Amino acid sequence: MSQTAAQTSSGAGQLLSVPALLERNAIVHANRPAYREKEFGIWQSWTWKETAEEIEALALGLLNLGVSEGDFIAIIGRNRPALYWSMVAAQSVGAVPVPIYQDSGAEEMAYVLDHCGAAYVIAGDQEQVDKVVEVKDQLTNLKHVIYLDPRGLRKYDHSQLHQYSHVQDQGRAARDELRGELAARKSKLTYDSICVMLYTSGTTGRPKGVVLSNRNVVESAKNVSTFDKLTEKEDILSYLPMAWVGDFIFSLGQAYWCGFCVNCPESEATMMTDLREIGPTYFFAPPRVFEGQLTNVMIRMEDAGKLKQRMFHHFLAHAKKVGGRILDGKPVSTMDRLKYALGNVLVYGPLKDTLGYGRIRVGYTAGEAIGPEIFDFYRSLGINLKQLYGQTEATVFITVQPDGEVRADTVGVPAPDVEIRIDGSGEIFYRSPGTFVEYYKNAESTASTKDAEGWVATGDAGFIEEGSGHLRIIDRAKDVGKMADGAMFAPKYVENKLKFYPDILEAVLFGNGRDRCVAFINIDLTAVGNWAERNNIAYASYQELAGHPRVLETIRSHVEAVNASVAQDEMLSGCQIHRFVVLHKELDADDGEMTRTRKVRRRIVEEKFADIIAALYDGSEQVSTRTEVTYEDGRKGSISATLTCVDAKVQSAITRAVAAE
Amino acid sequence: MLDAAESYVTADGRTIGGVVMEMKNITLRFGGVVAIKDISFDIREGEIRAIIGPNGAGKSSMLNVISGFYVPQEGEVWFRGEKRPPMRPYEVARHGIARTFQNIALFDGMSVLDNVMTGRLNYMKSNMFQQAFWKGRAEKEEVENREVVERIIDFLEIQAIRKTPVARLPYGLKKRVELARALAAEPKLLLLDEPMAGMNVEEKEDMSRFILDVNDEFGTTIALIEHDMGVVMDLSDRVVVMDYGKKIGDGTPDEVRNNQDVIDAYLGVAHD
Repeated sequence: MSQTAAQTSSGAGQLLSVPALLERNAIVHANRPAYREKEFGIWQSWTWKETAEEIEALALGLLNLGVSEGDFIAIIGRNRPALYWSMVAAQSVGAVPVPIYQDSGAEEMAYVLDHCGAAYVIAGDQEQVDKVVEVKDQLTNLKHVIYLDPRGLRKYDHSQLHQYSHVQDQGRAARDELRGELAARKSKLTYDSICVMLYTSGTTGRPKGVVLSNRNVVESAKNVSTFDKLTEKEDILSYLPMAWVGDFIFSLGQAYWCGFCVNCPESEATMMTDLREIGPTYFFAPPRVFEGQLTNVMIRMEDAGKLKQRMFHHFLAHAKKVGGRILDGKPVSTMDRLKYALGNVLVYGPLKDTLGYGRIRVGYTAGEAIGPEIFDFYRSLGINLKQLYGQTEATVFITVQPDGEVRADTVGVPAPDVEIRIDGSGEIFYRSPGTFVEYYKNAESTASTKDAEGWVATGDAGFIEEGSGHLRIIDRAKDVGKMADGAMFAPKYVENKLKFYPDILEAVLFGNGRDRCVAFINIDLTAVGNWAERNNIAYASYQELAGHPRVLETIRSHVEAVNASVAQDEMLSGCQIHRFVVLHKELDADDGEMTRTRKVRRRIVEEKFADIIAALYDGSEQVSTRTEVTYEDGRKGSISATLTCVDAKVQSAITRAVAAE
Repeated sequence: MLDAAESYVTADGRTIGGVVMEMKNITLRFGGVVAIKDISFDIREGEIRAIIGPNGAGKSSMLNVISGFYVPQEGEVWFRGEKRPPMRPYEVARHGIARTFQNIALFDGMSVLDNVMTGRLNYMKSNMFQQAFWKGRAEKEEVENREVVERIIDFLEIQAIRKTPVARLPYGLKKRVELARALAAEPKLLLLDEPMAGMNVEEKEDMSRFILDVNDEFGTTIALIEHDMGVVMDLSDRVVVMDYGKKIGDGTPDEVRNNQDVIDAYLGVAHD
């Protein structure tokens, strides 16, 4: 890729790095809030000026500890201002921040820490420190561990362990001596310096370290902020894992580019309350958050009074009719507008406030397909929810939906400065300023993913819709297979249709190379549990509920409805589900069945439950199985169960022959 | 034996100070029933001291003697180098002793926050009228006390249920709220009556961690009664074993575990 002189030249004034953006914000937005965190029941806040001071103190403290340029500093913990500051402090001293998923086990953590050769770790609390201490012997490079919350850590050996605030204090004390060094290191940062290294969760194999440069991060943040007209007045809630590229771009890249405020919840459990209190104007959530909220609303409405229920359903029906059109700026009659306005006062407004979406200007969902009903529900309320398509290697953005062109079944048009091309096999390729530098210490993977001209293979299959120019995703390219008769096998397409039912949490389809498809289904305990309560069905465990005949009957009706819908699609009608089981346990990241971002690891599930799959294909009525499970603290146990294989009706395969030709 | 004023450092690096409370030849009777027979033991500053024993051994009565709720017919209770006269419960609280109960004793209709705030009662000086009109001292006091309470809520990780009425909480969380209320009084000596009774393994582990953290973070001396032997042996520095109102063992968990009388009491040897 060609680089212009301006891009490679250094200098803080040119906003070529995150620390440079911080310097600007500390002057331009000095007294605007930069961070808020709810602690001790109150939202504590820091202005950009105070933030710059906090980060400087930490950066000086890191210099004082002996951090060298190019050192990797791992950051592990839940979303807290101090950990975001740690990332910028690391960048300021020329080191590379490596945020790590806080819920990863000690072994996973050891792999990542060892792979990048982290010299320093900044951890949130005792839990994270314990994991690092556990694997310390495998980490030859590790020099010091810094922790934020001192609770429970008093007794630990502090020869290599330091409290965050002490590091800052020492930094402040040494300010006169180290200030010059800090300024010198900051001035060396260019558009090509490494901004961050993020490990991809990896649906296959070991996680890979994606190296992103300042150019990647700043350009992507700038482009999409302009695209969505974001300003310094936005408020966002940062609750998604810090190790995920999306959070890095929203809570760091865009926050520093625009100078808006990042709000951190009090704890994981209080997220919904905190969301309501903050009322973000710019919001990101994976589909499951929106699904969960909608399910909750519907369940709670059933307990509401008659009048409220009638109002709710009446106005919701009206919103469904015109809400989306109003949001898209399409013509709507004056009467309908008036009625919508009334509905807004009586129903939509209060509902949005309860959900915490009262102030949203731009909301995004991505990562998985979102159910059209769910998507339309939020949009009809007047919430500008949009979809985007992206990945870590692209610094998030590949395509985004422009205002006014939002639909549930596409992921939008190429983001500013992004080029897209679809190759013969249907795989999507892109090239953009956000295109990653490399996979760390993995030239082979880098070469197979990114070609000499900078085109990156996404691994997803899709096509560009004629007319609108929107991209539509079919499935992971490697998951798209062929059935025995040559028909296309696209599991995700069918699974998503199943997952749109509130009582189905997860579905896995099998059938590659076979003559017909079978599926595993996970029920959603909240929705099905609630249903059981209402119907006086007693159950003692997840397993018992999952195996209940009436649950199986309900799921079968869903499967058959999906089959009917799949049969409509000529290309994919072969993917109808002939038989299925409702699994006795939820697929879980701790058992390796899913990634930390909750994507099913197809191959592992296939191996682990091979006996069940065999039973589905050989026609057995029931299958007894024994499954190993891992508890949250890492101990292992096993559960055994007898599962019923259920047959589902499939639609005639007349169209199938056409597709197979 | 260690001298009463001497301090020592445990294997895990905590400093255990001198004796803060001493029971001297305590005997407690209810009419003709002798609940506690001539028991003596001490509690050192900063330690976790467990009282164990089979059902009906007199453990809860012992805890009530320590808390001053029962006044023994014979024997003396020495607290911080002074012989303690019989006291009213609020006087005990002012001396820095707080407790939780075997059967949860919270205000069911009040929120978690309000329940924990009641633990601060001793630190509030404003009168009823000031509180009713929310003027002057009352307002300032509420802010100060709320700060302390919020730190405890944070410490025990019950932020998410701050505003939830206690009646709606599951048992394990109620126990935690009770601990929060006891901690709100900033006690020097914390008495826990079966803190893990009726809990599942995970809840027990959580509670154990909180007890250790309280001891570590605030330096609170803790005396607890517990049935779960695994928990007792893991948590406590020293253990008193009671059986039929008598003390049959006293020492470190290891010493107690190997004490023949204790083994007999737990495995059940015929008593004559």
